[in-house]
Amino acid sequence: MTSEPIVQLEDLRRSFTVRQKVGRLRRQTRVVHAVDGISASVQPGEAVGYIGANGAGKSTTIKMLTGILVPSSGRVRTCGYDPVPHRRRLAREIGVVFGQRSQLWWDLPLRDSFRILGAIHRLSAEEATVRTEELVDRLGLADLLDTPVRQLSLGERMRGEVAAALVHRPRLLVLDEPTIGLDMISKERLRHFLVAERAEFGTTLLLTTHDMGDIERLCDRVLVIDRGRLVFDGTLPSLAERVALQRVLVVDLPEPSPDLQVSAAAHIGSDLDGQRQRLAFSPKETTAARVLAEVSAVTEVVDLTLEEPAIEDIVRTLYGVG
Amino acid sequence: MAELSAAEAYRILIGSRIRSQLAYRASFWLNVATSVAVGLVEFVEIYAIFANVPVFGGLDLRQSSLVFALSNIGFALADTIFGQLDTIPTYLRLGRLEVLLVRPMPLLLQLVTSEVQMRRLGRLAVGVLIVVIVLPGLDLSYTASTVYLLVITPFVGAAIYGAFFATAGGLQFFLIDGAEFTSAFVYGGSYAGQLPGSVLITPIRILFTFVFPATVAAYLPSLLIMGLPGPRFLPAWLGWFAPVFAVWAWLLAWLAWRAGIRRFTGAGG
Amino acid sequence: MRTYLVLAAAEFRRYSTYRLAILAGITTQSVFGLIRVSVLFAAISSAGGTLAGYDRQLASTYVWLGQALLAPVALLGWIEIAERVSSGEIAVDFARPLDLQLAWWARDLGRACFQLLSRGLPPLVIGAVTVGLAWPDSWSAYPLGLMSLFLAVSISFTLRFLVNLIAFWTLDVRGFIGLYLVVGSFFCGLFIPVHLFPKWLQVVAYATPFPSMLQTPIDVLSGWVLGWAAAALVASQLAWLVGLVGLARVVQWRAARRLVVQGG
Repeated sequence: MTSEPIVQLEDLRRSFTVRQKVGRLRRQTRVVHAVDGISASVQPGEAVGYIGANGAGKSTTIKMLTGILVPSSGRVRTCGYDPVPHRRRLAREIGVVFGQRSQLWWDLPLRDSFRILGAIHRLSAEEATVRTEELVDRLGLADLLDTPVRQLSLGERMRGEVAAALVHRPRLLVLDEPTIGLDMISKERLRHFLVAERAEFGTTLLLTTHDMGDIERLCDRVLVIDRGRLVFDGTLPSLAERVALQRVLVVDLPEPSPDLQVSAAAHIGSDLDGQRQRLAFSPKETTAARVLAEVSAVTEVVDLTLEEPAIEDIVRTLYGVG
Repeated sequence: MAELSAAEAYRILIGSRIRSQLAYRASFWLNVATSVAVGLVEFVEIYAIFANVPVFGGLDLRQSSLVFALSNIGFALADTIFGQLDTIPTYLRLGRLEVLLVRPMPLLLQLVTSEVQMRRLGRLAVGVLIVVIVLPGLDLSYTASTVYLLVITPFVGAAIYGAFFATAGGLQFFLIDGAEFTSAFVYGGSYAGQLPGSVLITPIRILFTFVFPATVAAYLPSLLIMGLPGPRFLPAWLGWFAPVFAVWAWLLAWLAWRAGIRRFTGAGG
Repeated sequence: MRTYLVLAAAEFRRYSTYRLAILAGITTQSVFGLIRVSVLFAAISSAGGTLAGYDRQLASTYVWLGQALLAPVALLGWIEIAERVSSGEIAVDFARPLDLQLAWWARDLGRACFQLLSRGLPPLVIGAVTVGLAWPDSWSAYPLGLMSLFLAVSISFTLRFLVNLIAFWTLDVRGFIGLYLVVGSFFCGLFIPVHLFPKWLQVVAYATPFPSMLQTPIDVLSGWVLGWAAAALVASQLAWLVGLVGLARVVQWRAARRLVVQGG
């Protein structure tokens, strides 16, 4: 049985002409290459993280592979379809969650949104009920079903959105910045659910995000885009290797102190006269716990934060290296 | 398991919208009152004209009222069903169309079923009331063709006016800031359609017959019902072809819509 | 005082950026204008050439002046203040050292000035070219007309201001705005001149400030009334304005109190 890629991009390009006013009357035309020749393919069942700085071209790529935008040139196939001409047929096979835009009906209870979406996807009442109950159960939405969507918190709403996108059991789930603005608990719940869903149904996952935690938890593979071009396509461990992903442990001490000397980590900065110190370490070589243990042995720690590597830093490193 | 039919799906969608509207009591009835007021005020205009002259465009008050009422019923129906397309500029601005495009349903149908403007039916009530009042005094002979025309005209009219709404909707993808332009034929069409077509000066008469067939929505069929001849460029028998004009109007709408979508998905370049 | 001038000028500039909207508005105005002209011409020819003092030329002037003044007198509605109330931003406006009503009045005059040029001139040109316009017989029509226009815009503003303030008491202002628009545009003479209303309806109309928003400035500018009769009309506008402004002050004061009491 041949395994057809569920998403296939071949030298995909998309440009926009932007007209800007220069001075009082004249207009200047500029061509922006939002996506500048991307080639990649995603196999069924994979979980791919798609990261890049703002404006790098992530949303444009997503729009092209979901049928919202036509490529300027190049080829894109999703679930075997050419997205824009076969938009509606494709819509039956994919589920899309736009982090910033809701697909739920604002003024209706959550339950009604599921019912309506079931109808839109032409699921019979039994099918829709079974599937909805399953999703509601696994995402912990049972208490929220009768609440109007506009009264839900962001975390609750996002869980509702993900459920809504999966009602029709799509083969591919596309998530555009789903965890943006969510608190840690909601993020964890969502991630936990997605991992379980993939394990049970083999749904392919394509996720754009700014949060490296999402990537680490959910994705086997990472695509990094910068200014319209793919600068990395591989597994997360190999990305970590390339980029030497560093974590930063920020510790708050009870009083101003001299720079901490710790064997497992490098001291990279002090604020407030040494009352807050930043220690960078490589997760490959040690853990945050070990660094903390070393610090605690020397001084009391009042509060601590763990910082993730920033996307911009990763991209910069990649671009510089490769 | 059986797949839900398209009709069932739409029924569920529309049902939920109607229910949600009826839930907001006070505001809803105020809107209905406004809609009734719109119908009444527009009629008073006709009435005021006849307070000054006995004949207007070759019709007397009763006959003119029939034209007005049939046109308004048709427009109110169209507004109820298609009025939601007026919100396309807002959807575009808020980026909400993308969410609709990833669903397995045609965009136009989704927009149309996303809201059913129940309150517009106030205007329809005014129209129906007027028909009921003037019909006896018109002294019509109720032949099969008269009855046929009386029944079918509001619906064909609704189809024609609905096409105007759809055309306007499609053009919104081009006219981000010029949305007002479409009022010229949507609301202008409604206005021209409720008047005796014979009063319209020639260029307007041609515009609203052969491009945006508003005069065919109510005036010409009314002439047929009442057995009157038509003015220049507007023979009464054209009224029999109202459904053909409706198809023509929808052809224009379809073209505008297609062009609009292509523009939105960037296919037009 | 200078602040108010600055506000007016800024609003003028703000409206000038919506160029495409202006073009669209002109098209729509032309279509509606031609339809209205058709209606009046047909009525006049039915009446044998003149109707209640209107002949074809005067009727055409009436319609095109109406189209020209439609935008400046803001007959198509305006809910900026109501929107700010529902979003809560109105608290910021009250906190400013400028009086709410005066500040918005100044802004409205700025907007009106711009729209008088952008939306006012084209219909007049179109009207003159297509069906012909009548010009007033006496020079006094112009200064009186300008005064009448200023008063008309101000009356319209004050009324809109009042309707917008309803937002302090109910959530859904749109319903009221819609009703206001429909009733107001009819009684100000937009569809047919108030002079053509049946007598009983005229009485109703003149009991409202609506005719002084559109019918009166048109009458003065087109020369339908001249000399002292025109001056009297302008005086009646002034009377309406004074009354409405008084009412608006009271309502604004109560709205401000409500804001403080409710906490925004």
